[in-house]
Amino acid sequence: MSVARPLPHDAAALHVAGQARYVDDIPTPTGTLHLAFGLSDVAHARITAMDLTAVRQAAGVVAVLTCDDLPGANDVSPSVHDEPLLAQGEVFYLGQPLFLVVATSHLAARKAARLGRISYDERPAILSIDQAIAADSRFEEGPRIYSKGEPERALKAADHRIEGQIEIGGQEHFYLEGQAALALPQENDDMIVNCSTQHPTEIQHKVAEALNLPMNAVRVETRRMGGGFGGKESQGNALAVATAVAARLTGHACKMRYDRDDDMMITGKRHDFRIAYRAGFDDEGRIEGIEFTQWARCGWAQDLSLPVADRAMLHADNAYHLKDVRIVSHRLKTHTQSATAFRGFGGPQGMLGMERVIDHIAHELGRDPLNVRRVNYYRAAAADAGASGGSISAKKNDRAPQLTPYHMPVEDFILHEMTEALAERADYGARRHAVAEWNAHNRVLKKGIALTPVKFGISFTLTHLNQAGALVHVYQDGSVHMNHGGTEMGQGLFQKVAQVAAARFAVDPALVKITATDTAKVPNTSATAASSGSDLNGMAVKAACDTIRDRMAAFLAQEHQVEAADVVFADGEVRVGGAVYTFQEAAKRAYEGRVSLSATGFYKTPKVAWDRIRGVGRPFFYFAYGVAVSEVVLDRMTGENRILRCDILHDAGASLNQAIDIGQIEGGYVQGAGWLTTEELVWDDKGRLRTHAPSTYKIPAASDRPGIFNVALWDGENREETIYRSKAVGEPPFMHGISAFLALSDAVAACGAGYPDLQAPATAQSVLQAIRRVEGDG
Amino acid sequence: MVDIAFLLNGDAVRLSDTPPTRTLLDWLRENRGLTGTKEGCNEGDCGACTVMVTDADGTSRALNSCILFLPQLHGKAVRTVEGISGPDGTLHPVQQAMIDHHGSQCGFCTPGFVVSMAVAHKNGRSDHDDQLAGNLCRCTGYAPIIRAAHAAADEPVPEWMDDHPAVAEAQPLPFAPETADELAAWYEANPDATLIGGATDVGLWVTKALRDLGPVAFLNRCADLQKTELTDTEIRIGAGVTMSDVGTLMQDHHPAFAEMIRRYGSVQVRNAATIGGNIANGSPIGDGPPALIALNARLILRKSDSHREIALEDFFIEYGRQDRSPGEFVEAIVIPRQKDTLDVYKLSKRFDQDISAVCGAFNIVVEDDRVTSARIAFGGMAGTPKRARAVEQALIGESWCEDTIRAAMARMPEEFEPLSDMRASAEYRMISAQNMLLRCFYSRQGIATNVLEVSP
Repeated sequence: MSVARPLPHDAAALHVAGQARYVDDIPTPTGTLHLAFGLSDVAHARITAMDLTAVRQAAGVVAVLTCDDLPGANDVSPSVHDEPLLAQGEVFYLGQPLFLVVATSHLAARKAARLGRISYDERPAILSIDQAIAADSRFEEGPRIYSKGEPERALKAADHRIEGQIEIGGQEHFYLEGQAALALPQENDDMIVNCSTQHPTEIQHKVAEALNLPMNAVRVETRRMGGGFGGKESQGNALAVATAVAARLTGHACKMRYDRDDDMMITGKRHDFRIAYRAGFDDEGRIEGIEFTQWARCGWAQDLSLPVADRAMLHADNAYHLKDVRIVSHRLKTHTQSATAFRGFGGPQGMLGMERVIDHIAHELGRDPLNVRRVNYYRAAAADAGASGGSISAKKNDRAPQLTPYHMPVEDFILHEMTEALAERADYGARRHAVAEWNAHNRVLKKGIALTPVKFGISFTLTHLNQAGALVHVYQDGSVHMNHGGTEMGQGLFQKVAQVAAARFAVDPALVKITATDTAKVPNTSATAASSGSDLNGMAVKAACDTIRDRMAAFLAQEHQVEAADVVFADGEVRVGGAVYTFQEAAKRAYEGRVSLSATGFYKTPKVAWDRIRGVGRPFFYFAYGVAVSEVVLDRMTGENRILRCDILHDAGASLNQAIDIGQIEGGYVQGAGWLTTEELVWDDKGRLRTHAPSTYKIPAASDRPGIFNVALWDGENREETIYRSKAVGEPPFMHGISAFLALSDAVAACGAGYPDLQAPATAQSVLQAIRRVEGDG
Repeated sequence: MVDIAFLLNGDAVRLSDTPPTRTLLDWLRENRGLTGTKEGCNEGDCGACTVMVTDADGTSRALNSCILFLPQLHGKAVRTVEGISGPDGTLHPVQQAMIDHHGSQCGFCTPGFVVSMAVAHKNGRSDHDDQLAGNLCRCTGYAPIIRAAHAAADEPVPEWMDDHPAVAEAQPLPFAPETADELAAWYEANPDATLIGGATDVGLWVTKALRDLGPVAFLNRCADLQKTELTDTEIRIGAGVTMSDVGTLMQDHHPAFAEMIRRYGSVQVRNAATIGGNIANGSPIGDGPPALIALNARLILRKSDSHREIALEDFFIEYGRQDRSPGEFVEAIVIPRQKDTLDVYKLSKRFDQDISAVCGAFNIVVEDDRVTSARIAFGGMAGTPKRARAVEQALIGESWCEDTIRAAMARMPEEFEPLSDMRASAEYRMISAQNMLLRCFYSRQGIATNVLEVSP
């Protein structure tokens, strides 16, 4: 069967030869124009005048547009219409697009865009979490609060208590391909947009609004992105709308791609967070009562910040049963880039808050943090507990599933076994001992080790997004054309889903043509996000294939006077009665028998329903799990540090493609470790992002990966009915990077008696500050 | 009008009327439709635009085409990712290995990786982390890429990778002098012109600052500026010697300097950047000057036919201002031959391909447990690369012990008032600069101090 095979990425041969086409590589019509935004120089102001004379006179400039020149809606928000394409009277962050230059070349547009002379009446800018708290500047009317049990009472009654706070920096996506869009005007005012986006339907929707057109007049196509990571879920809207508007006004094809510095100045990033905690626990570290307060810096527009902050709350427990718990979430509005989706979508921040508490408790008690983790893990899923979870009578059963802080029973918990297996495989106990030995004998270099778990909820928390469509054709020569609503950003979705299609027809995956995501083929799609791509689209493609297969089977069964159920698709053949056809012959027969060989498929995730305001219900279909052990070394004189080794055991269910899944895990870990170590976003006191290029913003390089890097898949299958019992794998491995951060905390703890109180990202500077704290002179 | 002549994937190209600051990347993508070479950052930091450039002598190097101007290719051969595959489409061994080992995900960085890997493969290099430090990947975590590089190592170099640039067809260009004499005469007549060495800095004036440079001269054809000479008393390095070649040279003389250069930029940057440019641009965080100052290097400046020689530290007057008059240029750097007592420490957020927050160089001679000489210099601690004279004075003549070191460390604030910026805070710079001296002491005591030398 074609699933569960480690086949290469479908475009690998194109990638290595430089033949894979990205938006900026698409040949453009003669006369194609190029766009650039003029950007705000200040964080918060009223615009008193915009003198664009020099911009208009610059070489190569064809047109200059302001908000007054737009034919339709001046809005690129994915949520609440609070994000103008071009500033309308007021600017809300430094880097906000003010005007749009249309020119004969990319360079001419960039040059002209810098010539605007803007007069501002500056207003006080709210930049930091502290400033936003002081000004009570927020989205929503007040904090969201989820709770369960009686946290205050439990906290008071506990034998031990800690409290603390962690600052968690944001993260730039640094997709290697910057944002890009190309609009091609069509007859009758129709528009085709090629866009590097995770969400073609959203692009279609925003372009239609901007052009005052129904959605059926706009077609969006995305073959691939050069990386997305959440950064192309909503942040491509501005470019797509700008190109479409300019194409409408000029009648020419228009292309826009951000130069890297512009991309980093304009687009949103991962939310930075502050998380404060109070926890009460017993002598073994078992948490009795706990309270988290999360502050998320959302930036100037709402974008996707509410579901991001929700997901941070939904992962505040990570893998631990919190009996009495309260989680408070503040969504702060600031005059900075509008923070957006980024792999994990708030989950990593919430989870880091929890893991930080475990680390702190263990330090307080002088225990191995792994033991504290284990005593707090959710109860193992009872083998005989049905997938539907605990019935009322099961409540008294000590094997009944325990409830998350949002009252969802955890029915599929497998971290006890996974932790046991990884601890043994990675030799955790002996290495922890060896680390202590090393530290006893080295005065400058200190090592640390940490094992951390991941439990990540799979489904869009905005429940209606959990749907997908597909379109499959079988041609009379037996070749298959496959299309679905998911987009390819490198994660191997297309390959995985093609393997599903091939498996349904029992043909070689090479017979399945993978085609660009196209809103004209599959409508009303959800973003390829929330790790849901293969779960949703795999099922939708399966449904479409099965429809065609059933039609073929019914036809052939009738021809051969057998039951349709007795028609067998296997090994590239169709066997019916005593006859054996190649798939190609069978397709040709069916065609000649006037059987429709084209079908749509549709899927919606079952079981999910919850109340996001009260924080009660089942937001997730299932959880994906994993465990990681990282070992690090640091220099106590400078704080410089390295990851020496990492071992990961990850649960991808019954993997659709082991090579692709391991690639997601390796890449996710390095990206997660980067978030928490070298990747530091720095804004100055005017709100100007100072780290807006790879010269100053440092994602991991080749030598930053662990020298020893062992990644394995957990041998299991999803207990829920997902596509071939696989599990989503896009986001969960990102959070294995937390093990690197807590290994650093462990190493810092070896420098003195105090608790490291390490803040993220753990740059050398941040690590040295923590070292000085534990040494007692910082 | 003289044409710029070079080979592109084996085919002869002649260009006339090309603006001298047109980048190879833009030309490849916009004029030639060769879109395999990608723009990731447009400043030489991500490697997505990497191409192979082969010199007349057959040496092949990886370079960032986004900050490579077309005249720099005159008389050379360029191979893009499209030319790394054979003319009939046969994949290069590194390409096949990248497929087999799942080395691409989104694929956007892949062409740059493939070219860097193919050049390293051709040059027989197996230090893959260093060879690929200039190529960023956001998807894979690098592990499968390094596996691919290992897997391809023993495969033969395909014959099509041998380029033979037609040197004879490369006539002298008006803006690319062939000798230091020509340059001196031209620059005296055009003192406002911009001299371009490797363009790893000037390139950004064009691609990021969007400046119109006015008259320019390219120095890469001045063969006499690219010479190094060793005598009994000195090492003379021409201003046009690349940082790659300086690194190789220093391995035999001052390995700590060589090790720092390993972390200076990336392969692509070091292959273009020149030691003269690193000094002449006057950056307070350029990594060459601290080590060179600690080695008591002298600078040879030339204007027209006259030369003058100054101590390198005297060249840097203040931030943005150097002791260089109009029409004068850096011709060479001279390092006195000496017993190697140099330690160099580079501190940055990321180990590879990052600009220093602090770079410290310690040339401390200890005889009979007493410090007999000390030259210490820092980058990143002031508006210029700067000597730490008070610290030196606190060491010289004293016994070589931790008390002496700590006393000297305490003198550091007399010398420096570092800034806070996105790379580091002033406080952190000061503490780590002080601790670098302690590290120097500890490491000479045999105490392990280098996280890069620790294995799990």
